[in-house]
Amino acid sequence: MTTVTWTADEMMTVTAARSLRDGTACFVGIGLPSTAANVASRTHAPDLWMIYESGTLGASPDRLPLSIGDGILAETADTVVSVPEVFNYWLQAGRIDAGFLGAAQIDRYANINTTVIGAYDDPAVRLPGAGGAPEIAASCREVTVIMRHSRRAFVERVDFVTSVGHGTGPGDRERLGLTGAGPVRVITDLGVLEPDPLTRELTLVGVHPGVEAAAVREATGWDLRVSEDLARTPAPTETELSVVRSLTGAA
Amino acid sequence: MAVPLDEAVRQLIHDGDTVALEGFTHLIPVAAGHEVIRQGLRDLTLVRMTPDIVYDQLIGAGCARKLVFSWGGNPGVGSLHRFRDAVTRSWPVPLEIEEHSHAGMANRYVAGASGLPFAVLRGYSGTDLAGNTPNIRTITCPFTGQELAAVPALNPDVTVIHAQRADAAGNVQLWGITGIQKEAALAADRVLVTVEEVVDELEPVPGQVILPSRVVDAVSVVPGGAAPSYAHGYYERDNAAYRAWDAIGRDREAFTAWLTELTAATGPTATGRAAAGPAAADRAADDPEPAGRGA
Repeated sequence: MTTVTWTADEMMTVTAARSLRDGTACFVGIGLPSTAANVASRTHAPDLWMIYESGTLGASPDRLPLSIGDGILAETADTVVSVPEVFNYWLQAGRIDAGFLGAAQIDRYANINTTVIGAYDDPAVRLPGAGGAPEIAASCREVTVIMRHSRRAFVERVDFVTSVGHGTGPGDRERLGLTGAGPVRVITDLGVLEPDPLTRELTLVGVHPGVEAAAVREATGWDLRVSEDLARTPAPTETELSVVRSLTGAA
Repeated sequence: MAVPLDEAVRQLIHDGDTVALEGFTHLIPVAAGHEVIRQGLRDLTLVRMTPDIVYDQLIGAGCARKLVFSWGGNPGVGSLHRFRDAVTRSWPVPLEIEEHSHAGMANRYVAGASGLPFAVLRGYSGTDLAGNTPNIRTITCPFTGQELAAVPALNPDVTVIHAQRADAAGNVQLWGITGIQKEAALAADRVLVTVEEVVDELEPVPGQVILPSRVVDAVSVVPGGAAPSYAHGYYERDNAAYRAWDAIGRDREAFTAWLTELTAATGPTATGRAAAGPAAADRAADDPEPAGRGA
């Protein structure tokens, strides 16, 4: 009998992949979201419709792209459209089911920062900025965030709201005119968080194998609430792991 | 119609201009950006949705006074460290920034190409971009009463793009991921296009964009002019070069050494001269490029 082992990143990627339903139109960011979407399309979701903001609709790359505009995306797409078209006709018009985002910082209400750490006018760290994220977070029917858990990343209040999650609580998205449901889950290397249905505050609803809720609370920069029905993420299957490793090159 | 790249840059781009060198991962006009650095242009307002390593290089070389953008990074690798150094430590010169989302920038180019003063979109609502970028406002729809975002048109003095090919009349053809290039070109006062090659006839390609010669001011033949990005049908993206830039960009000394090497070299411009004919090549050999202009 062999013992299957995996890394925390692999567990995160597999969990994120499982969250994608087959047949979904998914707006995919580069990095962890792209890896997870490509795992999903190779396992339970062969009809996942992957959209990259470079305008490639229905891309099915045979390897992981390094950027959102790699040639392999254009070569395998159902169609390639211009950047105004992907944002206006597809995203803004409400044709995308799921957005898949990464973040440098996220807060109690799942607001996302990818712009600066520190003050905007005098930042301690300048990050790449918004890209497509503000409108992905606004207009996709729902959003999944995937990022590594740490106190620096999971903060009480983000330094800069690049993309709105649930604002300051219930009713904010509606008040702001945001058409999608916003972040419905945050998947990390430790577990899964979801907004509380009433308060919209991110709550720990699941932990990965070998992780205890106390460790997740310790890695979170606010007093993280833990669900009474805390789930335990099923371990990755050998198939899932082999797909992840074939994509990331960590065979 | 084909003009050597150094001449095209000299004719079309001037100190203080607003310049968009556009490309969305694909067909990035890197050689043209390097020529801007070689000519020592200063006080440019650089515009681009996705400033990547050639913008890091332009910023590190001190060409830019301001950057208008929506995502500044090394795609798939990380941050731009010359950009960071300029924003956080004003090295080598202070860099003002005007920051948008992709949807906002795309619509600003569309408005510019359409001859409209501004664009309307559903965006920015609730974000801190709205409070920090004066060019993001709101407007009420006169028909439904909905509140929407409004952003001003982008009309660069010069847009520079790279395309696969042009014909002798200067009609330009590009395909693959064509990004925002058509809108950026049609929004601009002047347009410079570098191409992989000039052909007798532009055979149709699925998904192509054609820019008629009447909206193109200069075409320069620069094979490989988009490297280390790629030209669909010609060459692949050099991912290793993007990864390698990280170490150079992080370190002022390493960057300065890179810059010295770039400005000492004639670079791919020589190919453009050759394409323009032997006379131009001879002239180039006799008259080495002055290191700076307006510096």
